[in-house]
Amino acid sequence: MTATDPGRAAATSTGTRLAGLAGRLFGGGGPTVFALLIVIFALIFVMNPSFAEPPSLMAFLKAAAPLVVLAVGQYFVIVCGELDLSVGSLVGAQVVIAAALIDGEESRTVPVLLVMLAFGALVGLVNGLITTLLKVHSLITTLGMMLVLYGAIRLWTGGSPKGALSEAFRTAGRGGIDMPVVRQLPWALIILVAVVVLAIVVMRSSYGRTLVATGDNDQAAMFAGVRVWQVRTSAFVLSSLMATLAGVLIGGFAGVTAQVGQGLEFTAITAVVLGGVVLGGGRGTVVAAMAGALTIQALFTLFNQMALPSTIRPAVQGVIIIAAVAYAARERAGPGAQDHAPAAPPDQNPDREPAAT
Amino acid sequence: MRKTRVLLVAAATAALTLAACTTDEPTETAPEDEAPADEGEQEPEDSGDDAADDEGDDEPAESEDGEWFVRADYERQLAQRDIEPEGPADQPWLQAIEPEWVDTSEFAQEENRTLCFSNASVSNPWRVTGWITMQQQVDVFTDAGEIDDFQVSDAADDDNQQISDIQAFIDSGDCGALIISPSTTATLTPAVEAACDSGIPVIVFDRGVNTDCMVTFIHPIGGYAYGADGAEFLVENLEPGSSVLALRILPGVDVLEHRWAAAQEIFADSELEILGDEFTGGDGAQIKDLVTQYLQRGDVDGIWMDAGDGSVAAIEAFEDTGNDYPVMMGEDELSFMRKWEETGMTAIAPVYSNFQWRTPIEAAVKIWNGEEVPAEWVLPQEPITEENRGEFLERNADMPSLHYAKFGGEDLPGYPEAWQDR
Repeated sequence: MTATDPGRAAATSTGTRLAGLAGRLFGGGGPTVFALLIVIFALIFVMNPSFAEPPSLMAFLKAAAPLVVLAVGQYFVIVCGELDLSVGSLVGAQVVIAAALIDGEESRTVPVLLVMLAFGALVGLVNGLITTLLKVHSLITTLGMMLVLYGAIRLWTGGSPKGALSEAFRTAGRGGIDMPVVRQLPWALIILVAVVVLAIVVMRSSYGRTLVATGDNDQAAMFAGVRVWQVRTSAFVLSSLMATLAGVLIGGFAGVTAQVGQGLEFTAITAVVLGGVVLGGGRGTVVAAMAGALTIQALFTLFNQMALPSTIRPAVQGVIIIAAVAYAARERAGPGAQDHAPAAPPDQNPDREPAAT
Repeated sequence: MRKTRVLLVAAATAALTLAACTTDEPTETAPEDEAPADEGEQEPEDSGDDAADDEGDDEPAESEDGEWFVRADYERQLAQRDIEPEGPADQPWLQAIEPEWVDTSEFAQEENRTLCFSNASVSNPWRVTGWITMQQQVDVFTDAGEIDDFQVSDAADDDNQQISDIQAFIDSGDCGALIISPSTTATLTPAVEAACDSGIPVIVFDRGVNTDCMVTFIHPIGGYAYGADGAEFLVENLEPGSSVLALRILPGVDVLEHRWAAAQEIFADSELEILGDEFTGGDGAQIKDLVTQYLQRGDVDGIWMDAGDGSVAAIEAFEDTGNDYPVMMGEDELSFMRKWEETGMTAIAPVYSNFQWRTPIEAAVKIWNGEEVPAEWVLPQEPITEENRGEFLERNADMPSLHYAKFGGEDLPGYPEAWQDR
């Protein structure tokens, strides 16, 4: 939604130039995340050429789809100046609820999906209203929601999910259309493309602009006639609905385990921040957030291809994320690097610190 | 500004290349080395230079008595698998392997029959299943007038919480006997000792503590035997040169580390190639993604798992990528057992005997009655194989998928509803 010219700022190598091109192509956003994505994929292809085969790429996208969907939801909340920590627990809760209610009966699939959507919307509404009307910081509201959902599910199931998902329910995350070349076109990919298109349309609409304006400066937005509380509440509802969709995809992909969804909120937030979206709101594009999610998933894949010991992975991941976000922050702070970036001197850039954490 | 940017790029590339170099080296020169390497020692080496790694390659693969490997325990547990346990064969929770009976007449009493239980947590399906069985067993004795009251505290996997739970039980003076299922070994030891000092009989089960002050310590044979059951099965059923992927829940938990240590020991003497060992947190999505990626890199002929959680997700990864089923190590969790039967794959289900949750209750009543109990009550631990799989599936036909086949509560009055409605 912003017409930026990021390529000019960082045309230091072919990689970044390509990335800048990609950034422009996909409607703006910092080139860092695209550069990182390209570099990681290049490394993966070099190490394991078979990964470049269509069936492998399809498997990658199938596994990445839930995280991308979550990142889209998290983007809506972050860009309007809030945070949603409850999505991981919500994903877990939705999968456990689905398994318990469906209990292996194919005929219950659709009604249960509707129940899940309603439950997701309710969670988002509660998050939003508590944050906006009761003026509780969203960090606390959604942290509380995360614990409430986690505890309620444990209380209900006694720590061990019951029931089973139906085959129809699992199709979205596991199945696909059999075809030559790619072996199978996953439903998850089709759903993902739909989400991407929808998200871009939403962010280009007046609602999307309002969302960003609210995150940029809610006082100014309010004076301009924006009902800030409504906008923010709707962002929470969108986030929870996306978490519900992610739950459907993850449950379909891997079935029910007691650990499903754990820690996903932080992966999603990391993905969004890696995409150059500023914590605190007002800046960043949804496409870059999605690229951030793909980058994280690709990073996991790269670690596997390198057979990196599990114990060292979080450390390497942390270094790469901090370096990427810091790099992007410098770029933003550069003179004229981004059209509406405040001309803050690099050392006082307020975005850098929260973004790196 | 340009300089800083260059620095940042350098840092990122350095992180990647450093990791790439150090791990490429050992995988190329000695593929087997990766698996037996102790995680704790491996890490600092990896972040260092390549020379250190080369030295590491020359070390013998089985690190004698490493942090999580005590050879004497390993050999004892492997031997215990072949020893006929004493006691009734149809009540395995009352059986004991090589028991050393101790006199409990000093604790015999009728007055205070309040049984207290400090539970580490009910945070996984295995513990949930056992906890239900335990409550059912208590009901039997309550109805028979052997137990007056059953008081429970749940520490939710928090050591500090459990220490204060135990202290609270001691201070209350209500308990006629105290059962403890410790959350970790070293940290809980002083609390257990304090409970012993208070004079009431103490019963410890599942994970151990570093003291023998309790009247009896109840546990199945142990983690080494569990890991070895699976590893030996893979070695027997795979051609030499086949590749095996190890999936683990998390590092640093003794019962899980012992399983992996035993497997490493057995794999080191075999011709199998260990592709890697990955921590998954027991999360199905992560397991499926990981296995899929390993399948993209090449063949995976066998899967070793330190616990059955998410084993179905691993099997599905083979289905969805169109690969043949691996030789598989699962657990007696029903979701795996059902998948095993459905697919007819070559597999084994090692068992970490869930029926052990009945034994502490039996022990408490025996102690109050002045009957002898084994000082270390080692329960049998026998894997489920293809031969008796059908029998266990039939017995548990109406049970939920995260139930454990060898829960041993079929004769309790609450069966089967208590385990179905959890």
